[in-house]
Amino acid sequence: METIKIQGTDDIPSVVLNAENGIFQISGRSMPEDVTAFYEPILDWISELGETYKNKIVFEFKLEYFNTASSKLLLDILMKLEEMHEAGKDVLVKWYFPEDDEDMEEAGQEYADIVEVPIELVSYE
Amino acid sequence: MEDKTLNDSFLNAVMEFHKTMRENDISLVYEGEITHSITKAFTSLTEKKMTDEEESGITQRKVFHVMVECLQNISKHAENGNDSYSTDGRGIFMVHKTEELYKITTGNLIADENVENLKRSLDLINSLNKDELTELYKKQIKEGQLSDKKGAGLGFIDIARKTGSKLEFSFKSVKNNISFFILTTIIERKK
Repeated sequence: METIKIQGTDDIPSVVLNAENGIFQISGRSMPEDVTAFYEPILDWISELGETYKNKIVFEFKLEYFNTASSKLLLDILMKLEEMHEAGKDVLVKWYFPEDDEDMEEAGQEYADIVEVPIELVSYE
Repeated sequence: MEDKTLNDSFLNAVMEFHKTMRENDISLVYEGEITHSITKAFTSLTEKKMTDEEESGITQRKVFHVMVECLQNISKHAENGNDSYSTDGRGIFMVHKTEELYKITTGNLIADENVENLKRSLDLINSLNKDELTELYKKQIKEGQLSDKKGAGLGFIDIARKTGSKLEFSFKSVKNNISFFILTTIIERKK
């Protein structure tokens, strides 16, 4: 699969989706002008991953900020991962949050309540 | 020689405006179309100012969050006020800052036929406590589809739960079928 690598800016997150070395990461800020246009290729890529990838998937979110329009799309990503998990794949989501950011921690917890996929909350300094 | 003196009423208007801003602790005011670049410009401007003033991280994040959601509400939903009922994303946006709090205020036109629904949502949000807001948020994010305007219906809920304050709002009839909608959100400054 072709690797997706997007360099983040002040309104789009950095994205690395690399099936060769098993790195799946979304980090930074997410408030793109057109959320669906931004996330559609990412969602398609993850669907394809579900069909072809055999190894354990560790998907990392390390977001500083996301707007409510993005929150829906992040849920769509998690639901794709949930499907893979339910299909018997080994999937782990790591949700990173700054240790002083309660809201970001709660956001991870809420996603964990909504989707049936293991989500590990990891704080960092 | 051409007269370069400013017209008196214009000069007075500018002075009055300046005075009003100072007296009401208004640090930013904008009227016009809210685009994505405007949203980015205002948020980064305010962010820089807050960093310079050594505002706490928690306050900075909350102000940033509320600003983005409020600006996006205007850009997606503000009516143009003509009979054609189309949105033009114009409105007024203000940031007030005092010793204790930040106040983000937006104002925009809205079609009367949408007032009832909006008022109902805001009243509902204001009647809920933090846990109930979280439940509503989870329900909405699961069930809600992105509307044709790419809104997820989550903005007001999220503003209320992140700030812990009630949303202050009012509607004022402007003319036939059009009202002005004002929303103020308060963010306490936390050390």
